[in-house]
Amino acid sequence: MVALPPCERPRLRCCAASGCRSAGARPLLAALRAAAAAGGTAPDGIAAGDQAADDISAGASAAPEPLEVRSVGCLRLCGEGPLVAWDGPEGTRLFGGLAPAAAAALVDQVRGLASLPLAADPALVSHQLDLEQPFFRLQRPLVLEGCGIVDPERIEAALAHGSYAQLRRVLHELSPEAVREQVRRSGLRGRGGGGYPTGLKWDTVALQPPGRRYVVCNADEGDPGAFMDRSVLEGDPHRLLEGMAIAAYAVGADHGYLYVRAEYPLAIERLRLALQQARQQGLLGPSIAGTAFALELEVRVGAGAYVCGEETALLHSIQGQRGIPRTRPPYPAQAGLWGAPTLINNVETFAAVPVILRQGGDWYAAIGSEGSRGTKVFSLSGAIRHTGLVEVPMGISLRTVVETMGGGDPDGGAVKAVQTGGPSGGCIPADLLDTPVDFESLLSLGSMMGSGGMVVIGQGTAMPEVARHFMAFSVNESCGKCVPCRAGTVQLLALLDRFVEQRATAADLEALEALCAMVKATSLCGLGQAAPNPVLSTLRHFRQEYTAALGPGS
Amino acid sequence: MDLMTISATPAQDPAQARPRLRLATVWLAGCSGCHMSFLDLDEFLFELAEAVDIVYSPVASDTKIYPEQVDVCLVEGAVANVDNLELALTLRQRTALVISFGDCAISANVPGLRNLCSAPGRDSARTVLERGYLELADASAQLPFAPGIVPELLPKVLPLHEVIPVDLYLPGCPPSAERIRAAIAPLLVGQRPRMEGASMLRFG
Amino acid sequence: MSVVTLQVDGRDVAVPAGSTLLQAIRAAGLSVPTLCDLEGLEPVGACRLCLVELEGSQRLLPACASEASEGQVIRTDTAQLQGYRRMAVELFFAEGNHVCAFCVANGTCELQDVAVAVGMDHSRFPYQYPQRSVDASHPRFSLDHNRCILCTRCVRVCDQIEGAHVWDVAERGSDCRIVAGLDQPWGEVDACTSCGKCVDVCPTGALFAKEDTTAEKHPHPERAGQLRRAREQRQWIS
Ligand SMILES: Cc1cc2nc3c(=O)[nH]c(=O)nc-3n(C[C@H](O)[C@H](O)[C@H](O)COP(=O)(O)O)c2cc1C
Ligand code: SF4
Ligand code: SF4
Ligand code: SF4
Ligand code: SF4
Ligand code: FES
Ligand code: FES
Repeated sequence: MVALPPCERPRLRCCAASGCRSAGARPLLAALRAAAAAGGTAPDGIAAGDQAADDISAGASAAPEPLEVRSVGCLRLCGEGPLVAWDGPEGTRLFGGLAPAAAAALVDQVRGLASLPLAADPALVSHQLDLEQPFFRLQRPLVLEGCGIVDPERIEAALAHGSYAQLRRVLHELSPEAVREQVRRSGLRGRGGGGYPTGLKWDTVALQPPGRRYVVCNADEGDPGAFMDRSVLEGDPHRLLEGMAIAAYAVGADHGYLYVRAEYPLAIERLRLALQQARQQGLLGPSIAGTAFALELEVRVGAGAYVCGEETALLHSIQGQRGIPRTRPPYPAQAGLWGAPTLINNVETFAAVPVILRQGGDWYAAIGSEGSRGTKVFSLSGAIRHTGLVEVPMGISLRTVVETMGGGDPDGGAVKAVQTGGPSGGCIPADLLDTPVDFESLLSLGSMMGSGGMVVIGQGTAMPEVARHFMAFSVNESCGKCVPCRAGTVQLLALLDRFVEQRATAADLEALEALCAMVKATSLCGLGQAAPNPVLSTLRHFRQEYTAALGPGS
Repeated sequence: MDLMTISATPAQDPAQARPRLRLATVWLAGCSGCHMSFLDLDEFLFELAEAVDIVYSPVASDTKIYPEQVDVCLVEGAVANVDNLELALTLRQRTALVISFGDCAISANVPGLRNLCSAPGRDSARTVLERGYLELADASAQLPFAPGIVPELLPKVLPLHEVIPVDLYLPGCPPSAERIRAAIAPLLVGQRPRMEGASMLRFG
Repeated sequence: MSVVTLQVDGRDVAVPAGSTLLQAIRAAGLSVPTLCDLEGLEPVGACRLCLVELEGSQRLLPACASEASEGQVIRTDTAQLQGYRRMAVELFFAEGNHVCAFCVANGTCELQDVAVAVGMDHSRFPYQYPQRSVDASHPRFSLDHNRCILCTRCVRVCDQIEGAHVWDVAERGSDCRIVAGLDQPWGEVDACTSCGKCVDVCPTGALFAKEDTTAEKHPHPERAGQLRRAREQRQWIS
């Protein structure tokens, strides 16, 4: 979590994940480290904090105590980035949007060398963020337990934070079946969008006839507005690797792949580093943690096609083929990579596994709601005051997430709708914001949980335009294999153009609905099947905006 | 459109009781092949002449103005210029049952190939005119301009049903005489033809 | 050989285990329209014309790419399916440039056949007029992309039967197109043996022999199945 218990020795945590990097985290981190070093013993550029944390520089202690400046993963409130947390005897304070020039002032405050109290320090005071606000208070970090706390580039930090403890325990104490039992009991469902029961999937892979098996982590995260998986990859990659290794053990796999989109260079870099460190520590590779269990994991970089997040397309891509889906069955659990049974799960699904084993499946199942257990990470964006990452128990109402935590419309206007599920999902109108966030409720409203992108739509946005925006996305991302999606989305887009440009006819409305039904029912894979959802859901909840767009001719 | 609206009388003695059908044929942007095929109906043309009044047709009537209260109109060709468009709109208003007659009316077909020629930022009409009258001209390159005499091209060639509602489609390039006959004969007795199977439907 | 029994449009039918639903439908003396499927080639389930309804399931199944299983109750010709199929055929016509009147495949084209089968007398979707090209670089054959429906029969026959893998698909969505070699002119691809199998199995006028002109194409889609059967049953080996 962001706020940590009071600690004797002060420390700064600077978010260096993608969101904050784009807001200038790198120069800020460098400035903080320089300021920390300037008062200490470390000469230019060498991060005092890194050494301090390892306690290898303990001998050199002439001047002020070395101040640890830790580079961490997402601190949640990305919209205020770059974020810096200051942990000290009084607990944690959080600052947003600091310029590198303010670094020295902050370090002086931390060291107690500042001439003004914090509340009067002009360089800092307007940047301090309230950690008591609901955005932070209502979060329930399980998957993101270590994100924002550990330095993702140092396995020692992850180990100190408990990573790989469950892997070691499982390998020494539990049978694969006993592991799967815990996952089944947890009620965990896939976080990649479909919500398939994870335990059942693991069983299906494990119970295939003897032979080779693979594990695959789906880190393609192609939904526009979604950055949950990226945060895990960038902020706490070892948790993911641990979850994956436990899964591999549970299903009997000794080889696996992490499929990451090329647009995530930092995630790829950190993942590769994490893999290397885990191998060095004997936590991956042959005979893991002194047992007979062996696992090789490799990173595969996708070229950033949305459809490559679809599991069969992803597997083709790993095999070096064109990333297009195929009909299922057979499901990957039966016949996946090179025909072998393959477990494929989303980043967040794997990352939930260590905590489930630590606390027990029943403990996890007690969080969340009937049918949707545990927590879910959402990325909040759009017309909302607090943009960022939230991990909340399932079953929480959309209103709590969007209005209470997200702070509603930044200009004080009313929220018009919330889009969930990206191009496969739909828009939920403001009057239904009391809907609980769970798989079934969102589906029943014509949207879906999806991978966790939540885009808030303000009053100024016309719904046919929203639908057109997503349809244009589907047109671009269709793999082109099957005709309803390849050609149907193009025709849907043309029809939506007519509504957006106010020249549609009643016949166009009929054609729009008929074609949506056809594309949904007949497309080969989830991309095409879900492509009409943004249209159907806006037709359902905002039909008057379509009928108002009918031109004078009709 | 329901065929019952074009033949008011119920049928004990259909041939006698029914008023003569007012039939029109129209030639828009097409090669006239559909009309040639119509003329291939041979003897059936005599039967037809018994049963209908041809009130407007490029091949069987001298009338220049599309008349009122037409029962059935066969429309050959796509809608490619302003004259085509005007005639299409007029005939729709004055006709009970409009038939897209042949592939050009149905899909724009050969005249629609012009739609493939559009240079960036220019519609296909401009592109083909510039190509034909400016780029390929030997001397005195000049775009044709004779308002009221030479009809202006529409930016895009359209099938008839994208311009007016169409009641029946009679595909073929051209539809064979047999197919035309099989489509028209039922109309004469107030029935809608069954447009099914390769003999009635196949394009080309 | 074990057998599964199922019901297709009210008719009971028994087929060898491992048969596809399409084989079961045909064994029952019925048919569904197909375009991408071809006996002898691995199914891809791409054209979606053969979708059927399975009792007790919301999801439609591609008959060509689904295995028949015991006790299934299948419907092949409901009003819903008819509506979807007709739309699919209209989408095919609207996404390419089809002018049957001067097409080499006029009269033998399978796209024309399915248009008839689904009762398509016109397309309710506007034609897109995509800019596509013709590859006439091969000494004996041509590929007119305007008529290609991306069924990938050519890709599969060249890969799975001829073993040359000259063809593949490039780009995505509506930009998809068949490419020879490494997106080269077909005539420059050394791997092509000029066997003509791709031309034989192409359901449309996209691939054709150069000597054939309007309405002169003689497709031989049956050859893929013949070759595969001959190989598997070693028919030409004494
Ligand atoms: C078009 C499309 C895109 C998808 N993209 C992703 C993705 O980016 N990440 C992901 O985990 N799952 C994605 N999925 C879902 C996967 O196919 C698959 O269901 C999932 O990875 C299974 O993991 P889970 O059971 O842990 O959710 C996508 C599905 C479709 C149809
Ligand atoms: S639905 Fe779209 S993305 Fe999926 S296989 Fe068909 S064309 Fe490809
Ligand atoms: S490929 Fe078939 S449908 Fe297309 S133009 Fe040729 S004959 Fe007509
Ligand atoms: S002619 Fe034969 S080898 Fe050449 S592309 Fe066609 S199928 Fe392949
Ligand atoms: S060229 Fe012919 S066989 Fe190949 S994909 Fe196109 S239509 Fe199918
Ligand atoms: S990326 Fe820095 S707070 Fe989210
Ligand atoms: S024939 Fe089955 S999908 Fe094409």
